[in-house]
Amino acid sequence: MSAGRLRAARRIAVKDLLVERRSRVLVNQVLPFSGLVMVVFAFALGTGGVLERAAPGLMWLAVLFSTLITVQRSFAIETADGALESLRVAGIDPVALFLGKAAALAVELIALITVLLGLAVVLYGAEPRAEGVVLLVTTAISATCGLAALGTIYGGLAAGGPGRETLLPLLILPVAAPVLIGATRGVEAALGTDRTAVSEGWPWVGLLTVFAVAVGVSGALAFGTLIED
Amino acid sequence: MNGVIALLGGFPALSGLDLTVAHGEVVLVAGPNGAGKTTLLNVCGGLVPVARGSAHVLGVDLTGDRAALRHRVGLLGHRNGLYGDLTVSENLTFWSDLVGATPEETARSVEAAGLAGRLADVKVTALSAGQRRRTALAVLLIRRAELWLLDEPHAGLDPDGRGELDALIRLAATSGVTVMLASHDLDRSRDLADREITVVGGAVVEAA
Repeated sequence: MSAGRLRAARRIAVKDLLVERRSRVLVNQVLPFSGLVMVVFAFALGTGGVLERAAPGLMWLAVLFSTLITVQRSFAIETADGALESLRVAGIDPVALFLGKAAALAVELIALITVLLGLAVVLYGAEPRAEGVVLLVTTAISATCGLAALGTIYGGLAAGGPGRETLLPLLILPVAAPVLIGATRGVEAALGTDRTAVSEGWPWVGLLTVFAVAVGVSGALAFGTLIED
Repeated sequence: MNGVIALLGGFPALSGLDLTVAHGEVVLVAGPNGAGKTTLLNVCGGLVPVARGSAHVLGVDLTGDRAALRHRVGLLGHRNGLYGDLTVSENLTFWSDLVGATPEETARSVEAAGLAGRLADVKVTALSAGQRRRTALAVLLIRRAELWLLDEPHAGLDPDGRGELDALIRLAATSGVTVMLASHDLDRSRDLADREITVVGGAVVEAA
């Protein structure tokens, strides 16, 4: 990959993170929403073993819902005043655009997942164990990369189209199922839910990594075509 | 352009359009709504393909690889292409980094657009419509676009904003930029233009 492409991707990612720092949508809206989802799950399932056993799955469901909002926000800033069209007209490398937006999205999702993991410990009684920390971190990173790449593909596809707010969940949720399953199993193994061994989590990390690479490469190759009218 | 036909949704938006524009010329494109003015600008910018006929813009054959044209053309429609949460300076630095403009080139563009000083640190959402337009044109200067395609650039601007915008367009034209300007504001735009063409039904019916 050329240095120019990487430089452009980094510039686009930095711009997205700067917009987030200014607007604070992640902090003021997405995080409270995710927290509320976690609390509602806690109320729905009550205290006791069920909640503890379901904690990894509930946390990743909350991540998935929050990803939808974060992706919509990521492309709303591009379409609000026609910035995406300007980038397209100026012939800015679509691969750099894809990588930059996906990288910024991944940083935001990692921050979100860190907070939600803390909430899972507090609300659901999930207890990380020392031998599962590496698996936990690897699972979170590989799942985040997959979700960020997937969100960028479908965010670009839906950007500017009619009914994009409702279209995006319909597009993303079915395809994100492998991430939800793999990440849930990985975190279960890391936490030792139902006496799962740490070693049982690594095949799921493999699945998440393959998913992230496949979606990332496909997205980089197809993004230029996707954002054309 | 010779006998250019361009289709939108299967229907001919340009129907055999002939047009020649000289380097550094400012051309006003007039005509009623739906006449094909915006399509003409989009064809010139390589965004809408030429279905039939021949067209060369800045030496690039539009029936071939239109992508080669893109970084040389600036198209400004009804929106400005800016990030509202960022300041003027941050928007311009973003573009400057993307296209590899030097700090001196960027500073010259900012100065030319009258955006230096206090205005540089103002968020785009806090700017007036005229200031936003000037910021968008400063992006075209930073990009070193050789052909400016401006679709209703005066829309929504007060007299002061229009005056500032016109000054910037004149400045670009004197430095060799070719400008095509689609507008309903004919009195204002005629002062700017070297030449006026009228498009009706997707073809040039009158050139003055």
